[in-house]
Amino acid sequence: MSEQRPAVQLDHPTLPLVKEAFSTVPLQATQFRNQTTLIVPSQHLHDIMRFLCADPRCDYDFLSDVTAVDYLGYPAKTQGRFAVVYLLASYKHNRRLTVKTFLDPTIDTTGIDVDPALEVESVTDIWPGCEWREREVYDMFGIRFTNHPDLRRILMWRDYPAHPLRKDYPLRGRGERESYRVIDREES
Amino acid sequence: MGLEAALPVDGFMTTQLNRVINWSRRSAVWPMPFATACCGIELMATASSRYDLARFGAEVMRFSPRQADLMIVAGRVAVKMLPVLQRIYAQMTEPKWVISMGACASTGGVFDTYATVQGVDQFIPVDVYVPGCPPRPEQLMEGIMAIQKLIDDDNIPYDGEGKRIPLQLALEPNYRPKPQPVDVSVGAT
Repeated sequence: MSEQRPAVQLDHPTLPLVKEAFSTVPLQATQFRNQTTLIVPSQHLHDIMRFLCADPRCDYDFLSDVTAVDYLGYPAKTQGRFAVVYLLASYKHNRRLTVKTFLDPTIDTTGIDVDPALEVESVTDIWPGCEWREREVYDMFGIRFTNHPDLRRILMWRDYPAHPLRKDYPLRGRGERESYRVIDREES
Repeated sequence: MGLEAALPVDGFMTTQLNRVINWSRRSAVWPMPFATACCGIELMATASSRYDLARFGAEVMRFSPRQADLMIVAGRVAVKMLPVLQRIYAQMTEPKWVISMGACASTGGVFDTYATVQGVDQFIPVDVYVPGCPPRPEQLMEGIMAIQKLIDDDNIPYDGEGKRIPLQLALEPNYRPKPQPVDVSVGAT
């Protein structure tokens, strides 16, 4: 534990551009195996994403994935329990960038109640292809995307009473898989 | 049946109507393949030329439940898929039988998760369970032969309404597992 961690070399060419354009926003960045992650506050996420897409020096024209992480029980300290992760790619500059934003729930996470703290502005107006990705994040983690055109569950059925990829949800569920009508000989 | 060779051309034979009906039913079991996973691949192998399910008269896969007698549930069923399974089962015409093929359809198998049905027999009647992950084609054939035997022996219990009661038979493996080699641990005395 006494050995120094090597200083992170942040040489991604997009980072100075974002820093210049959003000088008042607290930004963080980290690099691991030549993969750069930019950590942004959730309320500024949409503006930064629009900048990353529209600015010709960034030109991230492809959002390859939107996903989320639940850091419940994570050994290191994180800025929030949930992280929404955006994987960006630029065909023009042949670059990739990961953008991450942290969210912390304010209410009990076992149900499906609306938590205003678990909301991010949707980026479907920038990359329309992320509509289903955001629906999946909503379905699995209960993170709601404002201004999303059609925010419904995509994998679980409509009346599912939980968000199953949250770490406090048991793997075998809470009996949802057992409670369904039974067809027997009489009614078939 | 091979009888035409033994009997004279203008001969006749008598039997019970019940037996003729059972004979024709078991000789043309038309399956409805409800194949959702890798068991479905094995089901296809069973139906194709190497194993040739046509020898048992069960090669006509009917994708319309109205024309099928036997539903083969091959693969894990997600809870979201369950209404579809139940509707297809309800749409099949009597008499009908159900084979639960493989570990996942029978018990959920390795998919012990919130989204997977832990055995379709919780929600629809099942006649024969075929074990395996996936079952060999021979084993599925044995399952179909078990269904045929049920039909042929007229071994179909009816309730008071005249509807058939599911039998819920479990096939035993028709082989003995050989003793498996034991791991050699380093440093053991």
